[in-house]
Amino acid sequence: MDTPNQTPALVMEARGLVKRYGQVTALDGSDFELRAGEIMAVIGDNGAGKSSLIKALSGATIPDEGEIRLDGKVIHFKSPIDARREGIETVYQDLAVAPAMTIAENLFMGREIIKTGWLSQLLRVVDKKQMLEQSIARMNELKVGIRSMTQAVETLSGGQRQCVAVARSAAFARHVVILDEPTAALGVKEGNMVLELIRRVRDKGLPVILISHNMPHVFEVADRIHVARLGKRAALLNPKKISMSDTVAVMTGAMSPQDIPAECLAH
Amino acid sequence: MSITKPSWLPPVATLGPLIALLLAVIFFATQSDRFLSVQNFSLILQQVMVVGLIAIGQTLIILTAGIDLACGAVMALGGIVMTKLAVDSGMNAYLAIVCGLLVCMAFGLVNGLLVTRIRLPSFIVTLGTLNIAFAFTQLYSGAQTITGLPPAMTFFGNTFRLGNAEINYGSLLMLALYLFMWWGLRETQPGRHVYAVGNNPEATRLTGIATDRVLLGVYVTAGLFYGIASLLSVARTGVGDPNAGQTENLSAITAVVLGGTSLFGGRGMILGSLLGALIVGVFRNGLTLMGVASVYQVLITGILVILAVTTDQLSHKGAH
Repeated sequence: MDTPNQTPALVMEARGLVKRYGQVTALDGSDFELRAGEIMAVIGDNGAGKSSLIKALSGATIPDEGEIRLDGKVIHFKSPIDARREGIETVYQDLAVAPAMTIAENLFMGREIIKTGWLSQLLRVVDKKQMLEQSIARMNELKVGIRSMTQAVETLSGGQRQCVAVARSAAFARHVVILDEPTAALGVKEGNMVLELIRRVRDKGLPVILISHNMPHVFEVADRIHVARLGKRAALLNPKKISMSDTVAVMTGAMSPQDIPAECLAH
Repeated sequence: MSITKPSWLPPVATLGPLIALLLAVIFFATQSDRFLSVQNFSLILQQVMVVGLIAIGQTLIILTAGIDLACGAVMALGGIVMTKLAVDSGMNAYLAIVCGLLVCMAFGLVNGLLVTRIRLPSFIVTLGTLNIAFAFTQLYSGAQTITGLPPAMTFFGNTFRLGNAEINYGSLLMLALYLFMWWGLRETQPGRHVYAVGNNPEATRLTGIATDRVLLGVYVTAGLFYGIASLLSVARTGVGDPNAGQTENLSAITAVVLGGTSLFGGRGMILGSLLGALIVGVFRNGLTLMGVASVYQVLITGILVILAVTTDQLSHKGAH
């Protein structure tokens, strides 16, 4: 941080997050930060506190201690709905879409556009034409190559479905997009399609938090890597300098964070 | 752009019931020369109006992946409440009708609360309320049929002539409600949320939709339709019958399933349920005209249900 005017501002910041479930301490004073316009990968073994951290950031759980700041302002999320109101959109693994409904309907689910006119407002008549046009515009903007927005999501491949879910969050997020294992269970080509989309979301100016087990994917798109271990942030790594095997070693505890060469750490 | 099917065309799921209905009509037309007449068709329409109306409520619940086993029993209770209040307590007929509707909606509310708050399966909840509604009906009516109804209560049973057809106002009301609900489910936000909740409840909740409120609304609305069905049943028979609704209970579920609505939720079209009710009606009517004993009608209805559910299961598997 020697040149603060060159470092993009922190969009999200968490200090000393603690979350206990009975005897188990899932988060033990974890820190987190996210800068404008970056993809921050969050990795960690099972039980490292990765998902508890993400749940706290997305409003799915309330941490017992610590504070979360959004644009420097302390926030208290009580539910994912609160987080959404602050412009944080989360794509949950496997839980993203309604398969029998169309792509346009999925994009606008819970945010349907209502036709104007008092009777339409009273009966909550949805404006399908508007939603269709906006869906096409937004998907084009993100270069998602899906031909018809009126087809059911279940007619899409796994990668295309994931793209719909990511595009939905990108279209509505004002601050942060959180993606939980967006490339899990996808083939190589399909996975790349989603990674490509994640880059475009970042290039649109939205910072992305990417939770993933897939190291090649993490190294392909991440600007920085947050390694969660034993409920804390073990290290903040620079994927352009550190090797994949050293990263895994830090994650599993085979390499102590003190032994990481200084140039491999991210600032 | 790829070539897509125009949206006004019914989906394949509704073509199945339509074809089944046409085949049944053709079959019975060859078996009985009295079948294919305007009078007979208007009779079928009158016979299915009660089942058809219950099936609207049942469709809403099945679209959310639930089921309502109490529909016919709640309808019977509603009929007894409105007739007894009007005849024995001397209440204004319209007010008595409103009370009957409210009782049916209250049952919907109880079902909905148990399903959303305590997370009980709708199957078990409505199995309970089926018995409760039946017992209330018997207790309140003293197991006696209520006669001497005010004319306001039997209005929907009245018929008017249209050429050769004798159409009653009740079946017109049923058709109008089907059209309204078809539009509402397709074009309004609450309607789309019903489909979303049935399709993927967790994803729907995470998009910020209050899924419990949607479910509660569905159960109460279904209760309202059972209430309207009880008014039609009372109007058609001209009495308050404590034993009404016993065949309608399962016939309504049959109609919905035959109409192509998936028991897994989130798929189906409400007009399919109307077709399903008509299929049941056509079979009953046609077999009666052929002189087939009523026990075989029950048998054939059972086979139809299993065929429809099997189709649903197989197409559901195909989708994944």
